[in-house]
Amino acid sequence: MDLNTVTQIVRPAGREEIPAWRDGDAYLAGGSWLFSEPQDRLTRLIDLSTLGWEPLRVSDAGLEIAATCTIAQLDGLAAPPAWTAAPLIGQCCRAFLASFKIWNVSTVGGNLCMSLPAGPMISLTTALDGELVIWTAGGGERRVPVLNFVTGNNRNDLRPGEIVRAIHLSRAALTRRTAFRQISLQNVGRSAALIIGTRDANGAFVLTVTASTPRPYQFRFDALPSAGDLTARIDATIDGTWFDDIHGLPAWRRAMTLHFAREIVAELGGGAP
Amino acid sequence: MIFKINGRDFEEQPAPGQCLRTFLRQLGHFGVKKGCDAGDCGACTVYLDGEPVHSCLVPAFRADGHEVTTIEGLANGSELHPMQQAFLDAQGYQCGFCTAGMILTAAALNQEQKADLGRALKGNLCRCTGYRSIEDAIAGRHDVSEAKAGCGVGHNVPAPAGPDVVTGKARFTLDVAIDGLHHIKLARSPHAHARIVSIDKTAALTVPGVVAVLTHEDAPATLYSSARHESRETDPDDTRVLDDVVRFIGQRVAAVVATSEAAAEEGCRRLKVDYEILPAVFDPEAAIRPGAPRLHDKGPEARIHDASRNLVAEMHGATGNVGQGFAAADAIHEGTYFVPRVQHAHLETLCAIAWIDESGRLNVRSSTQVPFLTRLELAHVFGLEPDKVRVFCERVGGGFGAKQEMLTEDIAALAALKTGKPVQLEFTREEQFTGATTRHPMKVAIKIGAKRDGTLTAMQMHVVSNTGAYGNHGMPVLEHACSESVSVYRCANKKIDGYAAYTNTVPAGAFRGYGLPQTSFAVESAMDEVARLIGMDALEFRRLNVVRKGEPMIGLHVSPDDVIYGSYGLDQCLDLVQAALLRGDGDEAPTGWAVGEGTALTMIDTVPPGGHFSDTYIWLEADGTYNMTIGTAEFGNGTSTVHRQIAASVLNASPRDIAFTQSDTDHGGHDTGAYGSTGTVVAGRATQRAAEALRDKILDFAAAQSGVDRAQCRLAGNAVDCDGKSMALSELFRIAEAFVVDLSAHGKSNGIPRSVAFNVHGFRVAVNLATGEVKILKSVQAADAGFVINPMQCRAQVEGGVAQALGAAMLEEVVIDGEGRVTNPALRHYRIPAFADVPHTEVLFARTSDELGPFGAKSMSESPYNPVAAALANAIRAATGVRSFSLPLRADRIHAGITAAG
Repeated sequence: MDLNTVTQIVRPAGREEIPAWRDGDAYLAGGSWLFSEPQDRLTRLIDLSTLGWEPLRVSDAGLEIAATCTIAQLDGLAAPPAWTAAPLIGQCCRAFLASFKIWNVSTVGGNLCMSLPAGPMISLTTALDGELVIWTAGGGERRVPVLNFVTGNNRNDLRPGEIVRAIHLSRAALTRRTAFRQISLQNVGRSAALIIGTRDANGAFVLTVTASTPRPYQFRFDALPSAGDLTARIDATIDGTWFDDIHGLPAWRRAMTLHFAREIVAELGGGAP
Repeated sequence: MIFKINGRDFEEQPAPGQCLRTFLRQLGHFGVKKGCDAGDCGACTVYLDGEPVHSCLVPAFRADGHEVTTIEGLANGSELHPMQQAFLDAQGYQCGFCTAGMILTAAALNQEQKADLGRALKGNLCRCTGYRSIEDAIAGRHDVSEAKAGCGVGHNVPAPAGPDVVTGKARFTLDVAIDGLHHIKLARSPHAHARIVSIDKTAALTVPGVVAVLTHEDAPATLYSSARHESRETDPDDTRVLDDVVRFIGQRVAAVVATSEAAAEEGCRRLKVDYEILPAVFDPEAAIRPGAPRLHDKGPEARIHDASRNLVAEMHGATGNVGQGFAAADAIHEGTYFVPRVQHAHLETLCAIAWIDESGRLNVRSSTQVPFLTRLELAHVFGLEPDKVRVFCERVGGGFGAKQEMLTEDIAALAALKTGKPVQLEFTREEQFTGATTRHPMKVAIKIGAKRDGTLTAMQMHVVSNTGAYGNHGMPVLEHACSESVSVYRCANKKIDGYAAYTNTVPAGAFRGYGLPQTSFAVESAMDEVARLIGMDALEFRRLNVVRKGEPMIGLHVSPDDVIYGSYGLDQCLDLVQAALLRGDGDEAPTGWAVGEGTALTMIDTVPPGGHFSDTYIWLEADGTYNMTIGTAEFGNGTSTVHRQIAASVLNASPRDIAFTQSDTDHGGHDTGAYGSTGTVVAGRATQRAAEALRDKILDFAAAQSGVDRAQCRLAGNAVDCDGKSMALSELFRIAEAFVVDLSAHGKSNGIPRSVAFNVHGFRVAVNLATGEVKILKSVQAADAGFVINPMQCRAQVEGGVAQALGAAMLEEVVIDGEGRVTNPALRHYRIPAFADVPHTEVLFARTSDELGPFGAKSMSESPYNPVAAALANAIRAATGVRSFSLPLRADRIHAGITAAG
């Protein structure tokens, strides 16, 4: 929709051209959220798309995803065969409520910065122990795990003027085995629980709980836990703070989380680690 | 900035925060629609450098240096894109408002995406079709038949607007460029109940572009209802164009008129409104208890049943003695069922354009189902002679009852009259949820008793309806809810009590089914439970107890004398659904899921009570074709196709040779409106009579001119066959003109008497007991539509009704919080069915012919909706053993029910 209070667009070609942050500013990535709701307090948009960041960089270290990489670009990644976790990328892209047309504009960084429980890029990058590179005001840089970046429903660790530059996924994470479960009240709809399990070559197991909770949670085990242990850990940690909105009752989100967690343990328990 | 649209260069500068959608429309590309303006519906889809995007989400400045393709640029000159042709061939649309976005998206799909349309089309919402015809189009199926002479009624004649719809040329309400157009934005109340102490307009009036700020001080004192009925006395006079008391969050407080939407918005933000907060009540049962805050301090002239108790309507009816009936029962089911608020979610939001023409007359171009009634009420409210007001619509983007209200025309008229400017008001999607209307939520306590042999002994129903802050449709919806859902059953003892309460919430209004879906959910669920209690198959139990042709229909009252069995196909519908379920086809259940079947039936009067009027004028044109004006509006109901077919059959002409214009008060005559499923049975009757009168005139004239006996003359295409000698109609026209003989005719109908139509729905479902997920394995609906004038369209109406009803049954709920605020006013939080949510429904028609409707037709636009929720609830009950007492039947709630039952 039209953002009629916006009176200025800045399209920087490099970091040095990014103006000093002021009230009424917003960084514009894909725009798929900014333009989807009234934004009456905004007066200036700073377009990140002109910074020319390479969307995806594959290296021996792993994968660097630019914040401005679109979902379509990420989904199109030709991952090296050794990356056994690569199917998660497509699974998480398909967990978007939004259609493939939105994938053409929506960005990975935008999804992280929205910090909605159902944000599937949060699920993906948390499950793969992703680390954010954040440009701080004044030309600096800091790093923070995605797990700690998202702090609640629509809340995160980003301070005014900071920009998410990229997300790093390590090769170690990308070579784990994975299992994915998701449920929604509607077919191909918004996630009410999105649960991912990973298991590395040593047998260590990590369960990532998203969408059913206001922020992502991770549960780490050196070996596959029993169903009872897993349930107890999840319940003790999440402690009744299951997410509650129109897209699913909290009790159901809990039940689905536990149900999927058990399925994932069973799935990753089969075959060689 | 420089960019291309459809191959043509443009050099225009958008506003900094403008989105591509409005920029493209500003440059004349009206095929780009607004459904939600938030990226959820896909109606605004365009290509940016060949990639499909939702143009409402794309910053316009990003088109700089790029190439945009809209629906207007998809065809190669006059040669349609194959996908446009496919949508024509399968008639993959109804109202057509989503069609441009749907076609552009479908045309961009690769083979892999086409193999998974549920996923590929998740970003394109259609509220009319139920998606089957869209699937047919994409699969390349051909569902329309050729329109030729002799192929009138009974044939799959394509919709006349098809070629315009698939190319983006069809003009919906706001698809016009008007010089000097001004825009209205409404400031809305943040309080559920408050008195407006003062409104300071000063700051708003300083905004460049703002020309007026209108408040209750500018509005006429005349009270009216936003609901439109043939008799304005049907609804209470409880509404002002702008009031000094606000009764729900979202009620309009002031209208800012400006040269741009941006300026009008800024004007709204700068208004300073001082409110005196009043106590509010949100629960209808609390609202009618003594001591509750009173919403309307109005006298008897307002026609509110009891304003002191917040009762807009109250009704009671009884036959026999239910106490004795229950005493005689072997089994009784008693339960309280709840049906929540749902919204119509027509893709074209409410909108209107108003202006004063050179003669000083008020013109209103509106998205309405009722132009003639709106004209009369505007004249009443503003103290104008009716001939000083014109109201009309072209193509309307969906209605479902929502446009049987006057919610934009009154404000637009006020603004045009006060400023003298042409003005436009367009609701946002959010305003559709917070400031328009919803279905009436109802709490229905039902008690049904029967003997072991299946005889019903007593039916008792207590209904509390929540009409919201205003009483529009409150009384007639309640009355309808308390009628056919019960009168369809033969039972000696019945008692019905109904209450419709005001609350400080967004008003309810007319909605497809008009009360019947709410009470039918309760009655048909209860019938299913009673059948279980006595160990009888639920369909057999119904078969035993439904009224048969000629028997009295007794609900709230004995049905009025003008409701007759013009035909009766309920027995056939029951047989058809039973046979379809017995066939055992449909999808396989996933391993381990529980399976169950359920059915429900509904009856509906074919026409609203109290008379429903329509006029058609028809005449011969110089080229030997016909032209007519019809009153009824087209909003995807397909009635304009039907009118053409009726005239073509009577005149033995090709449907293509019947031109028409419609829904314009300037055409003369009267039309009560396209509501109550009357577009075919009432307005179609007028067209049939007009065509018959014209046929007689032409044949009389041809007989006189040719000297051939009148009995030997018959119409044949563009000529009259006078005993073997052909006289071209164009020639007849020429002669008639020379002799000053009038070859035009008028037809009229009044909707009295009325008949009854029936629908029976059956589902087989699988339920995952671990997650609560439901998969519909088989869906079948049998409809008694009388003689089916256009089988393709009627099937699509049924499919669309089933899909919309499945939304209400499984997904939809307008949620209101403890302060009276709608918490999910967006399509991403108020989920309507997308392609992946709608199963195929097998549609079967009873073979009947009605003695009242044109060519034996009955109404079939609202009623397919009515039995769906109960049939689904009954199937889920059969699969899980758990009865659901409220809608929607979401996985999380089903799971909770299963968990609670252990």
